[in-house]
Amino acid sequence: MTLSPPLATGEVKKVATRAAYGEALLALGGQRDDVIVFDADLSGSTKTKAFGQAYPDRFFNFGVAEANMMGTAAGLASLGRQVVFASSFAMFATGKAWEQLRQCVCVPNLNVKVCATHAGLTVGEDGKSHQMLEDITLMRAIPNMKVIVPADATEARAAVLAAVDIPGPVYIRLSRASTRVILGDDYRFELGRGTVLRDGTDLAICACGVEVPEALDAAELLFAKGIDARVINLSTVDPMDEELVATAARECGAILTVEEHQIRGGLGDAVAQAVVKHCPVPMGMVGMDGEFGQSGPPNDLLAHYGLDAKGIAARAEELLQRKG
Amino acid sequence: MTLSSDRMQELQAIAQRVRVDIVSMVHAAKCGHPGGPLGMADFMTVLFMEHLNLTTENLDDPGRDRFVLGNGHTCAGYYALLSAKGLIPHDELLTFRKLGSRLQGHPHRTPEMGIDFSTGSLGTGLSAAAGMALGARLNGTNAHVYCTSSDGDSQEGQIWEAATSAAHFELSNLTVIVDFNNIQIDGKMREIMNVRDLRAKYEAFGWNALDVDGHDMEALDQAFSDTRNAAMPTAIIAHTIIGKGVGFMEDTSSWHGVAPDDEQLAVALAELGATG
Repeated sequence: MTLSPPLATGEVKKVATRAAYGEALLALGGQRDDVIVFDADLSGSTKTKAFGQAYPDRFFNFGVAEANMMGTAAGLASLGRQVVFASSFAMFATGKAWEQLRQCVCVPNLNVKVCATHAGLTVGEDGKSHQMLEDITLMRAIPNMKVIVPADATEARAAVLAAVDIPGPVYIRLSRASTRVILGDDYRFELGRGTVLRDGTDLAICACGVEVPEALDAAELLFAKGIDARVINLSTVDPMDEELVATAARECGAILTVEEHQIRGGLGDAVAQAVVKHCPVPMGMVGMDGEFGQSGPPNDLLAHYGLDAKGIAARAEELLQRKG
Repeated sequence: MTLSSDRMQELQAIAQRVRVDIVSMVHAAKCGHPGGPLGMADFMTVLFMEHLNLTTENLDDPGRDRFVLGNGHTCAGYYALLSAKGLIPHDELLTFRKLGSRLQGHPHRTPEMGIDFSTGSLGTGLSAAAGMALGARLNGTNAHVYCTSSDGDSQEGQIWEAATSAAHFELSNLTVIVDFNNIQIDGKMREIMNVRDLRAKYEAFGWNALDVDGHDMEALDQAFSDTRNAAMPTAIIAHTIIGKGVGFMEDTSSWHGVAPDDEQLAVALAELGATG
C-alpha cells in the first residue's frame, strides 16, 4: 500500500485550486523562460493574469476564441521549444475546443497543458451553462491526454509544477470555490499515483478534486457508526493507479467513487475499469447521475446533489449492504 | 527577381510530374482526393521548389520554414512535392492510404519527412500555422510559415478566429494560400455556401491580401516573394481550376473525392504526357 502523505495540520485553510495554479505559473515563469501562457479573456478568473503582468512577452490573450487558442497552442508547441499552458473555464476549454484538443494537440502529441478552472457544480450561482460536469469524460476519452484533478491547493500547485516536465498533453481540472487544504506542504505529486489518505478496511472511498475533503469528512461520519473507511485520493484519473485500486478492492471488498462530475465516463468509470480487470467487487458511484446542475451556493449544491460528506456517507452505508 | 524561362520550364515539368504522382497515388489507393491537389499543383510547386526553405539538410533547424496543409485531404500533392524535395522516397508514394504507410489519408505530423503538423479536419490549420509563426518570432528566427486553406475551409468559423488573432499579433511571417476553385464536396461553393470575396474579407481582418491566378507561376512567384516583406500576415487567394491538367476532372465536384479506375488512369496519364 502506498504510504499516506502527512495531512495538513493546524489552522484550517481554504484556498481555491485556481489560485494555486496562478501562483505556480508565476513561480514557473521565473524559473523557466520556455513557459508560455495563453488565455481566452478570462485571465482574472483563471488566475493567469499575474503571469501575464510579470511576463508580458510570454503571455497571449486570444479574446473569446477558445478553439483558435488551442490550435495556436498546438502550433507553437510543435516547434518543440516551448511548453504552452492554455487556460479558460472547463466548459469552454474542453467543450468549445474539444476537437482542437483531439486533432491538433493529442493526435500529434504536443506539449500543451490545458489548465481549466471553474469545473463542476462548485462554480455555483452561474448555473448549468457554466457548471462543466462532462470534462473528465471528454478528456480521458482522447489518447495521449493525461487527466489530473487536484484534491486541494497544495496538490494543484504540485501538479502544475510537475506538468511542465510531463511530456505531451496534460489536462488539469481546477475549481473556482475555495476549498479546505488537506495535504501537508511536503506532499509530492506523481502522475498516475493515487494516495491513501486514511486507512480502513470496510470499504474504500476513491475521490478526486473537491470531493476528497468531503470523502475524508464522510469517513469520520462513518467511523462514528463503527465503519472504517479507507479514503483514496485518485487525483490522476488517467493514467489510473490500477494497482492501488486493485489492492483496495482486495482488502476492502467494496469501492465507492466520488466525483463532482457525471458518473458516466468520469472517475467512477475509470475506477470500475480497473476493478473489473483486477478484482471485481461491489461498487457505488457518487456523482451527477445524468442531469445538469442549477444555480446556488457551492456548498448548498453539493448537499442538494448528495455530494457532501453526509450524502457520501449515506451512499457508503447502502454499498455496505451489498458487500458479501 | 523573376523566374528565368529555363527555370519556368523546369517548374512546369515538376508540376506535371506531381500531377502524374497524384493520379497514380489515388488510383493505387483506390480512394482519395485527386481534384483538389491537381488544381493546387502549380502554386504548390512554386512554393515548395522556389520559396519554402525546407530540405533534407535543414529538417532539425529551428530557423527553417514551416508548412501546414490546412486542406489536409489534398495531401497527395503535398507528399509528391516532399518526394520531389527528397524527403519521401518516390517508391513510397504508392503506399498512400495503405495499412502501415507513413503516408496517411490526411497528413500526420512526421518530422523526419518534414510534415510539420497533423491536419484533415477543416478549419484547424490556420490556427496551428499562426502558433508556429508566433513561436518563430519568440525564438528569434526568420522562419516563414506557409499554410494552405481553401474556399470550403473558409466556411469554418475557426479560420476567422485565426485570421483575427494573426492580425492582432501582427504575424508578418505567416502566409496563407487559399485554393479558391468554387468546388466543394456537395457541389459549387457559390451554391452550397458562398464565402464571397475572400481578399476583401482578409483585408477587413487586417491582412495583406491579393488575388492571383493560381496557375500563373510567374505571378505566384512574385506573390510569394512579396509576402516575405509584408508588415502583416499575407493571404494569397489563388484562383484555380479543380482537376487542372486532367480534362475529365476539371471544374467538377465529381472528382473531389473519387479515385480513377484503370481506364481513367490511362486517359489521365496520357493527357499529362506520361505513359501508364
